[in-house]
Amino acid sequence: MAEKVLMKGNEAIAYAAVHAGCRYFFGYPITPQTEIAAYMAKNLPKAGGVFLQAESEIAAINMVYGAAGAGARVMTSSSSPGISLKQEGISYIAGADLPCVIVNIMRAGPGLGGILPSQSDYFQATKGGGHGDYHMIVLAPSTIQEMVDITVEAFDLADKYRMPVMILGDGILGQMMEPIELNIAKTPEIIAKPWATTGTQCKRKKNIINSLNTNAPELEQWNIARQKRYDEVIANEPRAKTDIEGADVIFSAFGTSARICKTAIELLAEKGIKAGLIRPITLFPFPVYAYKDVKKPIIVVEMNHGQMVEDVRLAAPNVRVGFYGRSGGMVPIPADIVDYTLKFINEGLSEIV
Amino acid sequence: MEHGILLAGFGGQGILFAGKVLAQTGLICGKNVSWLPSYGPEMRGGTANCNVIISDSEVSSPIVTMPQILVCMNGPSYAKFAESTQKGGYIFVDGAMVGDDELMEPAGEITQVSIPASQMSKLANMVLIGCMVRVSELATWDELEEGLKKAVPARKREMLDANLSALKLGWDFC
Repeated sequence: MAEKVLMKGNEAIAYAAVHAGCRYFFGYPITPQTEIAAYMAKNLPKAGGVFLQAESEIAAINMVYGAAGAGARVMTSSSSPGISLKQEGISYIAGADLPCVIVNIMRAGPGLGGILPSQSDYFQATKGGGHGDYHMIVLAPSTIQEMVDITVEAFDLADKYRMPVMILGDGILGQMMEPIELNIAKTPEIIAKPWATTGTQCKRKKNIINSLNTNAPELEQWNIARQKRYDEVIANEPRAKTDIEGADVIFSAFGTSARICKTAIELLAEKGIKAGLIRPITLFPFPVYAYKDVKKPIIVVEMNHGQMVEDVRLAAPNVRVGFYGRSGGMVPIPADIVDYTLKFINEGLSEIV
Repeated sequence: MEHGILLAGFGGQGILFAGKVLAQTGLICGKNVSWLPSYGPEMRGGTANCNVIISDSEVSSPIVTMPQILVCMNGPSYAKFAESTQKGGYIFVDGAMVGDDELMEPAGEITQVSIPASQMSKLANMVLIGCMVRVSELATWDELEEGLKKAVPARKREMLDANLSALKLGWDFC
């Protein structure tokens, strides 16, 4: 049997990043994600990499821009308020078509909010927190093992599509421990980066990494080319975990909330109600396909005030969509989800809105 | 079969470490486990608690709202959590920290065990865990000992023997 070790989610992301070939990490401490930086400080130098605690989140994301431009696999991590600070840099990275991985272990907001878990950065992550027409691929793991697998994949996706990839976790996933396979099965797919600024050696034309272009027709072409890549991402990369066979009502939730829904599903089964679950793993691209054949009402459960609801409504326009959520660092309790579900069902289980 | 365990006490009593020992023990038993600390401001000297789930199946929610096993290392956590213990569950309290007059009459087939853990050892957390694992039959002594060995990091190896003695003290007491 493969060896399993207990690891915190934060450490698991860092462990997997080193395996994925990440050799540069720039960050600034903030609860509840600081273990990522701590792990990197200890282990990146051993792997021949560079760990640097920047003077601020803004400095850190711009260091990421530099390392990514030079073709390195690079990561930064933070939690909600710190991710807000990084938005300008993320927009520049997207505008310069650079691959990198950004981890957001969400805490309660808005503002400085609190340090307890939340999922209230869904809009910021999926709809573009910075300016301009850009997207990040947003991945939402729900177990510590999945945090490992998704981290390796995040670097591959970033390189493949030349765009930033965000791993969106929350304080619970960052802080909790679960067993992971010590041997990471997935081999990173390292691809050539002929666009990187690695020095011409007088043998090729110089590469330029830049998001600025005052020539409007040309800048539009840059945008159009980027949108085409986003179309590829939307066509190829959406994924969700779906278990809706025979269900009368379907939960839709990501990350920690999906796990809490599973407990609620067990409680509902004891009451003779069969509930299903659609768990988006990619939040951008949103896994529209998973909702295509849904004929039963959906209840979205989140640790926020309903940010994913509109994406679910767009994906499943013909069914009733309810919402249950908590915020501020409060976490939904399975029994409360059950109560909400019973009320929701009593209001009518009609298949079509 | 799933055990939801809630460990609670003051910050500094070793609540999180006790949880780690249990999680490692569960892993050694071939179970699915999760360990979730309270990481809020309470870590800096208020109340601390830790949720551990040991399960035959995949762990759904890692949050223990109604524990099958509750371990309380002080009065405030007993007052806060005792009533949430599930029917047929167990409550373990440090009797040196929680007076008999603070204990409620356990309802609904709950087994309540009070042992003077912090009088018996400086490592009261281990005394309570030793007792708890034995009474609840969560694991064998060998599995628990192995779990402790896994939970003590290499840089703190010198702490292993003292922890092991305290664990055995609790195991033998119950």
